[in-house]
Amino acid sequence: MKTLLLAPLFALLAAATAARASEGGYPLDRAPIDPKDLVSLQAGARTFVNYCLNCHGAQYMRYNRLEDLGLTESQIRDNLVLTDAKVGDTMKVALSAKDGKAMFGAAPPDLSVIARSRGADWLYTYLRSFYRDDSSPTGWNNAVFPQVAMPHALWTLQGERAYGPAPAAEGEGKEGKGEEGGHGAGREMAWTQLSPGTMSEVQYDTTVRDLVNFLVYMGEPSAVNRRRIGIVALFVLGILFIFAYALKKEYWKDVH
Amino acid sequence: MAGRLLALWDWFDARMPSLAEEFRKHAAEYYAPKNFNFWYFFGALSGIVLVIQIVSGIFLTMNYKPDAALAFGSVEYIMRDVPGGWIIRYIHSTGASAFFIVVYLHMFRGLLYGSYQRPRELVWIFGVLIYLTLMGEAFFGYLLPWGQMSYWGAQVIVNLFGTIPFIGPDLAVWIRGDYVVGDATLNRFFALHVIAVPLVLLGLVTAHILALHDVGSNNPDGVDIKKTKGPDGHPLDGVPFHPYYTVKDFAGAVAFMALFCFVLFFVPEMGGYFLEDNNFIPADPLKTPPHIAPVWYFTPYYSILRAVPPLFNSQFPGVMAMGIATLILFFLPWLDRAPVRSIRYRGPLYKGALAIFVVVFLTLGYLGTEPVTVWGQAGAWLGHADRATIAARICSLLYFAFFFLMPWYTAIDKTKPVPERVTM
Repeated sequence: MKTLLLAPLFALLAAATAARASEGGYPLDRAPIDPKDLVSLQAGARTFVNYCLNCHGAQYMRYNRLEDLGLTESQIRDNLVLTDAKVGDTMKVALSAKDGKAMFGAAPPDLSVIARSRGADWLYTYLRSFYRDDSSPTGWNNAVFPQVAMPHALWTLQGERAYGPAPAAEGEGKEGKGEEGGHGAGREMAWTQLSPGTMSEVQYDTTVRDLVNFLVYMGEPSAVNRRRIGIVALFVLGILFIFAYALKKEYWKDVH
Repeated sequence: MAGRLLALWDWFDARMPSLAEEFRKHAAEYYAPKNFNFWYFFGALSGIVLVIQIVSGIFLTMNYKPDAALAFGSVEYIMRDVPGGWIIRYIHSTGASAFFIVVYLHMFRGLLYGSYQRPRELVWIFGVLIYLTLMGEAFFGYLLPWGQMSYWGAQVIVNLFGTIPFIGPDLAVWIRGDYVVGDATLNRFFALHVIAVPLVLLGLVTAHILALHDVGSNNPDGVDIKKTKGPDGHPLDGVPFHPYYTVKDFAGAVAFMALFCFVLFFVPEMGGYFLEDNNFIPADPLKTPPHIAPVWYFTPYYSILRAVPPLFNSQFPGVMAMGIATLILFFLPWLDRAPVRSIRYRGPLYKGALAIFVVVFLTLGYLGTEPVTVWGQAGAWLGHADRATIAARICSLLYFAFFFLMPWYTAIDKTKPVPERVTM
């Protein structure tokens, strides 16, 4: 009887850990993020304010909250506040939604909680999947988010790449992501580097990893603290349960 | 000092209904069957969750702004800038789902042990009213974070009222206070969520408990413990609710709190079931999300709604089916013709029907969270219909069959004799 009840509970727990899929069908890479890695978070914050904050805002995130990342207020003010904002302000963006829409066709969304709606894996794959596409207004397209309005903001780092059907197989090693993707058309999709960026592929992946790590942190700045408190709460409740159960046993020992 | 306090106590006692008398009546001398099992925790737990929701809700109200331009941001403000705000918010969001989990399990207990049968019909009816009120409370509350799912979920549900013939469109405008879900809708839903519906809920819960304490609790054997009384006039198979069930429920409550805290502190979104991914995108009246699904606790009924084909381009038949699916619960005490209460003494027909009902309810619930294309299309012999829709139709029929055929299968079922006294 008890297992009958617990089954749906476990099913729910299993669902809680289930992976998210990309709507475009492109396979998502697992983002190797670590919310406790302060060096990575600081690097991500730097990338964020330099590359993202020009068009995207994070209007619910305060600069001085970045003290969570092990930075002092003056470090934040000197290195991460690139506008005339005060250190206690939220990360607003100068670009208005109207201008953004005129420039890109869609206003760049606020990124405060983007990691909570998209998920880390999606962001990690998306930011590594831009390619040159002459048919799009910005000259860029994305394998994860086809026809996206956003150009490749990090292209100087990654360089330009193309994404399309692989040339007819000449017995060369089958590599590239198209293979895992199972694009059912029978043709494999493949990536080709058109021009190099300032970073190697590994360096770029690390930069995106750090940026996504930061976006996940920014989506829920209290997350690390939350898990820490959770362990204490469960420990206290565990102890309390022992006493509560013993008390129940004591009262009920005469009832038969 | 103690003497003074006692005097104060007497002063009150002389001027209002005696608290000590009420305590005796509802706790110390309320005799509950001694054989309550695991399933009997969920009534007390529902009460606990109600208190959790009211208290956390009060604190949320202190910082939340019911304004279409500010609502989404005020929730993020609570999550970031209000000290401890994120705990309060997660308590409330986890509590919403926890409420339905314990209430569903509590209702299932009623089905298992025939708790709705005579003389507890009114207890059951108050219970169903609580369930329906709770659905309203959850629906109004879900709009408040003003995310995409909040917005479009509310849009879809209000449009259901718009399908009612003749008065529908006007009714929908009257509910929204606007032609689309907007600031006026948010404001009134806020008022309903924080005061109107909770007041009704508290009244109904009081009525539910008063009615229960008047007729006495059922038990896993379905035996009437009042029939066998000892020389002291108390049921031989009963124990005073306090201290026996207060200590037992306390232990159960601590275990429940541990599960609750596990969700709250480690998986507050519960994989997108308790807090949906799309609801972290601010409401946008111009951008319909590709897949709109209600929160998980509404999905069995949402599935029934979707399963019914439209008639003359109107979804009204589906809305009717959904309404009947919930309202049929009121009639359960009279649909069940079995001479026994508990599943322990029921025959194979009811056992089988209940097992099918559980599977059907869970399947409908799952399908309601997914797009109808989730299982792909059937072959040409079924006109390439969505498999999930076919499954939902079969499940909907079985859902109604459980209730409508109940007078028949419970009457002819081969029941076992019920013992005189409870078994432990």
